[in-house]
Amino acid sequence: MTSLSGTPVGGGATSTAPAVNRNAGRRRNRWFAQVGWRHLVAVSAVAFSLFPILFVLSAALNPLGTLSSTELLPTGASLENFTNLFDRTAFGWWFFNSLLIAGVASFASVFLSALAAYAFSRMRFSGRRVGLLSLLLIQMFPQFLAIVAIFLLFTTITDLWPAIGFNTPWGLLLLYLGGALGVNTWLMKGFFDTLPRELDESATVDGATHAQVFFRIMLPLVAPILAVTGLLAFIGTINEFLMANVFLTNSESKTLAVGMFGLVAGERNNNFGIFAAGTLLTAIPTVLVFQMVQRYIVSGLTAGAVKG
Amino acid sequence: MSTSLSGPGAATQSPGREPAGPGLPGKSRTARHRAPTTMTGLLVKVVLLGLTAGIAIWAAFPLVEAEKWVGLAPLAATTAGLFYLYLTSRHIPAKYLVPGTLFLIAFQVVPVLYTASTAFTNFGDGHRGTKEDAVVAIQTASVKQVPGSTEYALSVATQGDPATGPLVFLVSDPGTGVVSAGDAGGLRQLAPADVTVAAGGKVTAADGYTVLNFGQASARSQEITDLVVPTSGGALRSAGLSRAYEGKAIRGYDAGCDCVKDIDTGKTWTADEEAGAFVAPDGERLAQGWKVTVGLKNFSRVLTDPAISGPFFGTLLWNLAFAVGSTGGTFILGMFIALALHSPRMRGTNIYRVLLILPYAMPSFAMLLVWRDMFNTDFGLINNLFGLGVDWFGQEWSARIAVILVQLWLGYPYMFLVATGALQAIPKELTEASSVDGASPWQSFRAVTLPLLLVALSPLLIASFAYNFNNFNAIYLTTEGGPFPADNPSAGATDLLITYTYRLAFGAQGAQFGLAAAVSIFIFTIVAVVSAVSFRRTRKQEEVYS
Repeated sequence: MTSLSGTPVGGGATSTAPAVNRNAGRRRNRWFAQVGWRHLVAVSAVAFSLFPILFVLSAALNPLGTLSSTELLPTGASLENFTNLFDRTAFGWWFFNSLLIAGVASFASVFLSALAAYAFSRMRFSGRRVGLLSLLLIQMFPQFLAIVAIFLLFTTITDLWPAIGFNTPWGLLLLYLGGALGVNTWLMKGFFDTLPRELDESATVDGATHAQVFFRIMLPLVAPILAVTGLLAFIGTINEFLMANVFLTNSESKTLAVGMFGLVAGERNNNFGIFAAGTLLTAIPTVLVFQMVQRYIVSGLTAGAVKG
Repeated sequence: MSTSLSGPGAATQSPGREPAGPGLPGKSRTARHRAPTTMTGLLVKVVLLGLTAGIAIWAAFPLVEAEKWVGLAPLAATTAGLFYLYLTSRHIPAKYLVPGTLFLIAFQVVPVLYTASTAFTNFGDGHRGTKEDAVVAIQTASVKQVPGSTEYALSVATQGDPATGPLVFLVSDPGTGVVSAGDAGGLRQLAPADVTVAAGGKVTAADGYTVLNFGQASARSQEITDLVVPTSGGALRSAGLSRAYEGKAIRGYDAGCDCVKDIDTGKTWTADEEAGAFVAPDGERLAQGWKVTVGLKNFSRVLTDPAISGPFFGTLLWNLAFAVGSTGGTFILGMFIALALHSPRMRGTNIYRVLLILPYAMPSFAMLLVWRDMFNTDFGLINNLFGLGVDWFGQEWSARIAVILVQLWLGYPYMFLVATGALQAIPKELTEASSVDGASPWQSFRAVTLPLLLVALSPLLIASFAYNFNNFNAIYLTTEGGPFPADNPSAGATDLLITYTYRLAFGAQGAQFGLAAAVSIFIFTIVAVVSAVSFRRTRKQEEVYS
């Protein structure tokens, strides 16, 4: 980029050399002022982003598997931590439980949220504003303090219907669906609002029912925001720790967050390699989902916010 | 359960029969004139309503069996309501709102309201149940071995995991040889065919139970000592790990004086209905009390009790600083990087973007724990890398800086993403026009780009503030609130109100659910007010700029 392109105007190269040098220097300065600093910022930001992840990678590959022997750069390459992870813990089960719960919960909560957002955006009814505001307010109550109440509630449920009680993914799933309506509904409503009303009006004139309008016309158009809220819900559920910790006590019914916390809660130095291996494996589904919906993220996150 | 959608409900209606109900928007009224019946719609509706009915019936059986009529009534009402809602052609908005709302009410509103209501009680350790429960607990706890107490050979067993499952005592009666299993609920006889009893009366195996070996039992010896099995004549307690005795209760409730009497010493504790405890004339309280309503006492305690209000206001200040610091920090950093990458001459933005948002895709609970270990004094990466020996989490300010730094790492990719999106949405003409008018890049950023960015992102910033204000994991998984001042182990330097409340509610000094609920109502009020005010301000801003 800093190459000397197209300056020789004429004459011998030797006579113009100092001028070219000066020119090039100035150009380099200008390049730096306009583009170069941007790369500098980006590279340092990438370094900041990646060094803890590099550390985790190095710990996962570290054959000794302890925190104290882990350096920033990998010192060895061994899959011992990964095999230990599967041999010594119920990691496979944790992984399966987390995927099941997070997958179903994010899918269902996006659907419930989209239904509500459609009503809030397209219909006028009494209690609409109050409903929207109370959705926000309820979310602001520190949820986990309700743990005692939820514990009592689910003790009763476990007695009556063990299939959806403690130590089952379904009970936890129901609990998570309680939070389906909330900030996500607001984000979606904002996105619905940006779609021109003429679209659904013309469809209804053509004889479509409100359900047909919703499923055939609106849902395909709001795909970006569905993808984004789905991703946010997925990340949120995978990372949820408090409720799951109360809920799941059997080793085989735990989720990744609960199980992995247990790994380093007591033995934090010795299990660090296993823990790091688990962290890397846990990141895989999230990164995959991320890649799938990446093209929607930027437009989805902001379009809803702009007109919110 | 309630994911039934409205199929094209209006489709089944003949023209002219539609209700002109109030509250229905004109649009949908005219819309349903000629709506054709679609087969799929009808089918989906039948299937989903059928499922709803099936689930309701499945849920009803255990309720009927347990004779829980109070639970059956809302179940029946909800099911009937759902059927009405999706079979009628009216109440269209409700068809879309009810599914999510049902879950919201059952699993959020009800628990939250219940929690809020405990703020007016003394609910907590020692004040959990009714007065009758307290009396039973006092009697069983006072059981003592008296001369002539029956001795049993004891085996400790569990029905769950040997390390964590609830404990059960297996004892065989020395006289009759009958084997019984006992826990806090009482003794039950086991069938002789199901158990193996060694010579001397010790139970070595029982169907459905795992007998703990000596190592497992001694690891849980405290729990074994604490387990009291009520019996008709008193209660069964362990003496060591292999013997148990049936003792007599030396304290008993006397309804005449509404008090508890000790047979040995003759001391009495009279019931105090306001405090929910039995109190002796000399002021001594029995540990086992009951739950009573205490009015606004918890709230006034938060404001006036110096042991609580001092840490409360200090924590509140740091909490605000933490929320503002992490939201503002992530926003500024994210926006700066987004601005740097936002240039038509910039190459490789896609690869930068993918790498930059990796922290966002990593599991945050795990990365918080990794950061905690990177800040470790002795073998943490940060100290190793820079050759330092700082005890990061041991000093007030370094701990605070460390947790904000961690939040910065976790949060800025999100801000970077949304800022990138918002920057792309700003029309180029605006910045071009300002530079034509002679504005420097900084001026055009200050006067054009930043205000537009803020308008677009302020709802997200407010949401992020509210989230960080109650960011439990960020503190609990890293510093756990520490470092703690020497004189107060309940409020540390990095404690947020929420972690402080968690310690109040579930901490080592005994659960105080009532007080914790009162604090959480304060938290809720603060967050709600801050958010409401800033929402109002952004409304005004939007009017100015759009």
